[in-house]
Amino acid sequence: MAHVLVVTSGKGGVGKTTSTAALGAALASAGERVVVIDFDVGLRNLDLLMGAERRVVYDLIHVVQGAAKLTQALIRDKRIDSLFLLAASQTRDKDALTEEGVERVIRELRPFFDWIICDSPAGIERGASLAMRYADSAIVVANPEVSSVRDSDRIIGLLDSTTTKARHGEQMEKYLLLTRYDAARASRGEMLGVEDVLDILCIPLLGIIPESKEVLNASNVGTPVTLNNPASAPARAYNDVARRLKGEEVPLVVPSDKSGLLNKLFGRRAA
Amino acid sequence: MRLMTLFNRQPTAKTAQHRLQVLLMHERGGPGNTDLIPILREDIVAAISKRIPVDPDKVQVKVERGESVSLLEIDIEISTITQHLLQRRPASYDLPRAAGAR
Repeated sequence: MAHVLVVTSGKGGVGKTTSTAALGAALASAGERVVVIDFDVGLRNLDLLMGAERRVVYDLIHVVQGAAKLTQALIRDKRIDSLFLLAASQTRDKDALTEEGVERVIRELRPFFDWIICDSPAGIERGASLAMRYADSAIVVANPEVSSVRDSDRIIGLLDSTTTKARHGEQMEKYLLLTRYDAARASRGEMLGVEDVLDILCIPLLGIIPESKEVLNASNVGTPVTLNNPASAPARAYNDVARRLKGEEVPLVVPSDKSGLLNKLFGRRAA
Repeated sequence: MRLMTLFNRQPTAKTAQHRLQVLLMHERGGPGNTDLIPILREDIVAAISKRIPVDPDKVQVKVERGESVSLLEIDIEISTITQHLLQRRPASYDLPRAAGAR
């Protein structure tokens, strides 16, 4: 039976979709059966980051409304056999998502997968609410920046009050994924540090993804960063996160500013 | 000049952390907390209106949130005509007798 994971944040542009694609690919590469579902109805992008934008025929809304079967709407990844995508609708609006429909889709997917990863839209409206509703645990994506941390705090409150798990009096597991972390700026006191964010949000840290050009390079070509350049720093960080999700003990090292004094003096201008 | 700005730069992360701590302390109070000011404003307008005619739009209620102490600022503008009436103390705005007074 699959574990249902929601990737959420409140604020937009912090890396939810990038993280969903990267983690989905990393888990599937490790032999897990994974389906990633885009809940951003009207503004879908997970298909684009997965490189499947020209293969979408049926989407989540079609399945929710019974216009298509799940087997017709699931798109198998061309690189990894055990990775599937369920795209969001680009033409419908978010009201087309119904509570019963989403619940049924997740129930029907559960027996066939190890992981169901729900990519939440930004905001706290219907799409975001339904993406988290049936989750077993949540990855809260945040940047080390005030507006993102504030919105994450709000989302943590909603995860603890509006999800099915919370309504049944169970504890919703929540993990922080800190993205776009710049160790050099944090060490200079120009960016919130890992400890600063953890002090405020008070949820366990799942991983730290360093700020990197590789993320844009990967999205440009429609390949999750973990597949596009597996040796890159963000890919390695995402792979570590995937292993932690599987229950492996992977030491979490806070990236430090390794550049020397000369680099600091002369490298800053180039950065 | 470039060097000066390089060395004078103040780290901003501490400011960010401090602002977040103060803000979230209040926001975590729950949704009821955010409605406090409008409710308080209605109560104040109702209380003052019993004695003095006030324009509800001229009643300002503000809260400045601090770390240990918050400041509640209430600003009520009353017209000079009202002040004139107050001085003459017409019957309609007469103050009630204090409890026990004859």
